[in-house]
Amino acid sequence: MSDAILQMSGITKTFPGVTALSDVNLTVRRGEIHAICGENGAGKSTLMKVLSGVYPHGTYSGEILFEGEPCTFGGIRDSERRGIVIIHQELALIPHLSIAENIFLGNERVHRGLIDWNRTNADATALLARVGLHENPVTPSMDLGVGKQQLVEIAKALSKQVRLLILDEPTAALNDEDSAHLLDLLRGLRDEGITCVIISHKLNEIEAIADSTTILRDGRTIETLDMHGAGVSEDRIISGMVGRDLEHRFPPHESKIGDEVLRIEDWTVHSPTQHGRVVVSNANLTLRRGEIVGLAGLMGAGRTELAMSVFGRSYGIDISGRVYKDGQQIELRTVGEAIRHGIAYATEDRKRYGLNLIEDIKRNISGAALNKLSRRGWVDDNREYQVAESYRGSLNIKARGVGAVTGTLSGGNQQKVVLAKWIFTDPDVLILDEPTRGIDVGAKYEIYTIINQLADQGKAILVISSELPELLGICDRIYALSAGRVTGEVDRDSATPERLMQLMTRVKE
Amino acid sequence: MTALLEPTLEPTVTPPTRFSVNLRQSGIYIAFAAIIVLFEILTSGSLLEPQNISNIIVQNSYILILAIGMILIIIAGHIDLSAGSVVAVTGAVSAVLMVNLDVPWPLAIAATLVVGGLIGAWQGFWIAYFGIPAFIVTLAGMLIFRALTMTVLGNQGIGPFPDDVRTLANGFTPGFLKNVGLGALGGADLFTLVVGLAVVAGIVGVQWRARAARLGYGQVVDTMPVFVAKVAGASLVLMYIIVQLARFKNLPWVLVLLAVLVLAYTLLSQRTVFGRHIYAVGGNLQAAGLSGVKVKSVTFWIFVNMGILASVAGVIFAGRLNQAGPTAGGSFELDAIAAAFIGGAAVQGGVGKVVGAITGGLIMAVINNGMSLIGSPSERVMLVKGLVLLAAVAFDVWAKRRAGRSR
Repeated sequence: MSDAILQMSGITKTFPGVTALSDVNLTVRRGEIHAICGENGAGKSTLMKVLSGVYPHGTYSGEILFEGEPCTFGGIRDSERRGIVIIHQELALIPHLSIAENIFLGNERVHRGLIDWNRTNADATALLARVGLHENPVTPSMDLGVGKQQLVEIAKALSKQVRLLILDEPTAALNDEDSAHLLDLLRGLRDEGITCVIISHKLNEIEAIADSTTILRDGRTIETLDMHGAGVSEDRIISGMVGRDLEHRFPPHESKIGDEVLRIEDWTVHSPTQHGRVVVSNANLTLRRGEIVGLAGLMGAGRTELAMSVFGRSYGIDISGRVYKDGQQIELRTVGEAIRHGIAYATEDRKRYGLNLIEDIKRNISGAALNKLSRRGWVDDNREYQVAESYRGSLNIKARGVGAVTGTLSGGNQQKVVLAKWIFTDPDVLILDEPTRGIDVGAKYEIYTIINQLADQGKAILVISSELPELLGICDRIYALSAGRVTGEVDRDSATPERLMQLMTRVKE
Repeated sequence: MTALLEPTLEPTVTPPTRFSVNLRQSGIYIAFAAIIVLFEILTSGSLLEPQNISNIIVQNSYILILAIGMILIIIAGHIDLSAGSVVAVTGAVSAVLMVNLDVPWPLAIAATLVVGGLIGAWQGFWIAYFGIPAFIVTLAGMLIFRALTMTVLGNQGIGPFPDDVRTLANGFTPGFLKNVGLGALGGADLFTLVVGLAVVAGIVGVQWRARAARLGYGQVVDTMPVFVAKVAGASLVLMYIIVQLARFKNLPWVLVLLAVLVLAYTLLSQRTVFGRHIYAVGGNLQAAGLSGVKVKSVTFWIFVNMGILASVAGVIFAGRLNQAGPTAGGSFELDAIAAAFIGGAAVQGGVGKVVGAITGGLIMAVINNGMSLIGSPSERVMLVKGLVLLAAVAFDVWAKRRAGRSR
């Protein structure tokens, strides 16, 4: 193939005891957007690390040809010199440095050993214009939102004369608007002749933007699809990823809805960092037994802030409003009080806020309800073991045992540990913030099944999610939040993505 | 019954993994044994002489007591640089009370512990409730409490201490029973031997019951030969030390105190809700807070605890020197911190054990003692201690990275 910019053939990479990649082939044509799909652990990131030199030449077998020449990279610097730049999922900007400083970090604009600030900022401005970011280059990068930080990363890649840009889950943390902008930008770069490889879980985006898609499964190449060909759809990709036809992405469920459990009235929350900013404004919500309720909203709409402020005032200042549990007004001043009142909140970022990653499964599961396992302050660690083992079985947590450290588990299994921890507190109301973020299709299905079972037990579930199909797929009722206000409420039957998007973008006077 | 439940042993655990995990956890104890053997050879047997064992324990007791408090603080992700100054100021307070004001010694010691607790509360307040990093608060404390020591003492040593306090700090239990002959080993204190046997019997009993309970819940336990070997090994080592101590004089009082503290704090850290909360706070502060752990209160109380333990060390140190001096406790905090890290604590917090910190402290104690027995100059002792600290932490980092890679 003469127009191939990159050919990786027969790539095999093993770790002690595990074969991460086995005879993987990848051919990327010049000037295309090439998507790589696969479940977590399929080997996508490993493959990109091989390509970019994170795993140096010699630690894997197989051959890499970039623009017809063999590559033997010893590290990231070697691959960058050839024009291969990778942007990782976790953005690597340094918060206190300016946009311009971040762009030219390690690649500084220098004049006689001193930094030429005029040229630095002028060049940065030009690069920012190319990525469509209208910010002053001297702004500290920590003042930017995730979406804009992503653009700075791309500007940084452009400054290195990038020819092959690799993006690992670029839109995972972005709202729909920022995602759309990013995808437009990638199309523009493609037209400028920059080839892109994009790793993504969001199949609708892949369908919208990719020219071809390579599917990996269990460290092997399954197939490469021409996205402009006939019959290529999301379902086609999914069946390649999971190796079976996934007829339903959401388990069927009929909710048995009972009485009201939790009612939130006139809930108003102010920002703790920006003086006077109202983050949640006069919100009213009602949750009923056995009901799965969704909370939709764009990034910054105040979904997480609303949930956390209710959960023992874990976020915000000057909180006003009333909370009723089973018709009785209650005060939730601390997390402990919230847990005692039967409210559980599984956080959006499980690694940062949900788990103690250096601790084992059983101690994470018992962490929010040690009082149930203890008498007069003494923990019964045998019962703790028993409880953890029973959740490992019932939630199908794949691990060596409950003594396994949670940091070593996959995202889906970590999420199950978080769920087990909150289920063990025996809550009446479970607030699940982005319960399936960053986990693979198979594990998502399992999480949805668990959510349904919890609802069948009579618990009220509030699901916060950035993925509209997910909310539409599992919820009985969905609240839309826009700029801190509840702008609407739709039932399962009348909910459509268009209707929700309308509410989520509505600005109330 | 035992045999029936044995098959719950997980077949998926591959031998190499198990070995490397064990090496990381037990590396410190293996190193400790190796260092003892090394110095036993280098000193041609003087290291494990009855009197020398007693010396090692008595001379380092205050560091070991500080290490117990320090490991809890380090597990929670903080640090305490003021411990040495708190030792000095509490020693000074106890001296003023007992020597200048003639307060009866039990009352004076109680008052000193309260002062230690208040000092801990002062530091805990700034750290937990005001949000100043412990490094800064305790660095300030290091200066403040040293200054207060000098003020309290009027820049001179105060002594001598009452005999009872000196006995506690430096002396031995009276021979409640008589001496017995141990054949070739000579005479030994019967009371010490009886206590030693009781402790060993207690350990065997507790371990046996814990194993039986775990089996009852279907947990993975050591196989019977491994279990017997471990318990028998620990019992033999313990009895050896006891016999040596019994041959010299009787049990040092500080050893009794230390044993009680180690037992109490091991239970506190491993078996109580409060102990679990310390690990949770150090492992992931935000996650702990969102799980309902009273993060601030946990932080506050571990500093109060540190203050109290520092005052215990302060009384013992002053009692041992028979004088409270303005320079007492200099750099004790560094020895306690080193003990904790050699004993397997992690710099980021969330990891560590009381027994580990004690072992870390004893490793440094044996190096100190052994090198001075063979006549090494003090600069060389310091050099070796520095290298051991670096090597211990480097080993831990390396083991962690290797464990991470083999996934």
